[in-house]
Amino acid sequence: MAKVLVVTSGKGGVGKTTSTAALGAALAQIGQTVVVIDFDVGLRNLDLVMGAERRVVFDLINVTQGVAKLQQALIRDKRLENLWLLPASQTRDKDALTDDGVKRVIAELKTKFDWILCDSPAGIERGATLAMRYADEAIIVTNPEVSSVRDSDRIIGMLDSKTVRAERGERVEKHLLITRYDSARAARGEMLSIDDVLEILATPLLGIVPESQDVLKASNVGSPVTLNNAASAPARAYIDAVRRLMGETVPMTVPVARKSLMNRLLRRRAA
Amino acid sequence: MMNLIRLFGSRAASAPVARERLQILLSHERGRNGAPDLLELLRSEILGVVSRHVELDPEKIVVRMDRGKFVSMLEVDIEVPNGVQRSKMAAAT
Ligand SMILES: Nc1ncnc2c1ncn2[C@@H]1O[C@H](COP(=O)(O)OP(=O)(O)OP(=O)(O)O)[C@@H](O)[C@H]1O
Ligand SMILES: [Mg+2]
Repeated sequence: MAKVLVVTSGKGGVGKTTSTAALGAALAQIGQTVVVIDFDVGLRNLDLVMGAERRVVFDLINVTQGVAKLQQALIRDKRLENLWLLPASQTRDKDALTDDGVKRVIAELKTKFDWILCDSPAGIERGATLAMRYADEAIIVTNPEVSSVRDSDRIIGMLDSKTVRAERGERVEKHLLITRYDSARAARGEMLSIDDVLEILATPLLGIVPESQDVLKASNVGSPVTLNNAASAPARAYIDAVRRLMGETVPMTVPVARKSLMNRLLRRRAA
Repeated sequence: MMNLIRLFGSRAASAPVARERLQILLSHERGRNGAPDLLELLRSEILGVVSRHVELDPEKIVVRMDRGKFVSMLEVDIEVPNGVQRSKMAAAT
């Protein structure tokens, strides 16, 4: 059975696109057929993070408007043959994306894929509501800071009211993914703790992804972090998250501060 | 010393790749000024010309692009059913 999973947040820049690419690739690596869809009309970026930006011919809106067939718009990943991308359009016309169009595309994708990952744009406007509209499950990407948590709460409310499942009286299964977690700052008490976030949002935790240079390196070269450096801390967090999505019980590890040499030197001088 | 340089060099090696990728992408995106870029234009006109003579089955068309820095590739793969093509051509002349 195909699963539609939206990666959403409300607040911008928290790591939705990074997470969509990383989770999509990790799912594909364990043999699932996966399509990642960029819903950020006008500001597409998932193609860049996936390294497919030079190969975009048609996009999501072309498909919804009948200009192109789905299989003409889907771009197959160069590294994983069961990973596909449906890019967003660069049009400025946000109204080009319609509820009916999205419904048809998702219905068709459901016949072909195990997982349909929808990378939501920030905000609570059309793009974000359409990205979550047909979701069976949702990943709420949150950074441990006040405005992100507040926006996540708002998004959780929308998942419980504005989705097709909610309207039918069914549940959208929700998972919380805490990203850009800076253990050094957490240790100094400068960031909301994991427990604080979990208590406020009352949503099961899918994973904790540390703030890491490896994410930047991966996006520089256009490769999901789970492919670019599978042994890195953020990749391991995403791989564990995928195992939980698949129903496995995996112990949660909170990333711990690994003091860098520079850090230690500075500390010694300060002491 | 050489090893040290190589070590540092390889650690920072992703930034030049990012720069190159962006240059290629932006040169294509900027060029259009609202109008479709050359590759887009070629794609739509080629498909237009072909469809004047042959009933195009969208399922039988593969269009691939690879935008490069110096050269780009546009690959249009169209399956043309033999019988249909004849009668259409005859009708057109
Ligand atoms: N774990 C991380 N460690 C370090 N940097 C990260 C991490 N996750 C994301 N980033 C960086 O944060 C920035 C925003 O990430 P991303 O584009 O994934 O967020 P987004 O939620 O999709 O943003 P938008 O709301 O604009 O779509 C990027 O520069 C990305 O490389
Ligand atoms: Mg994004």
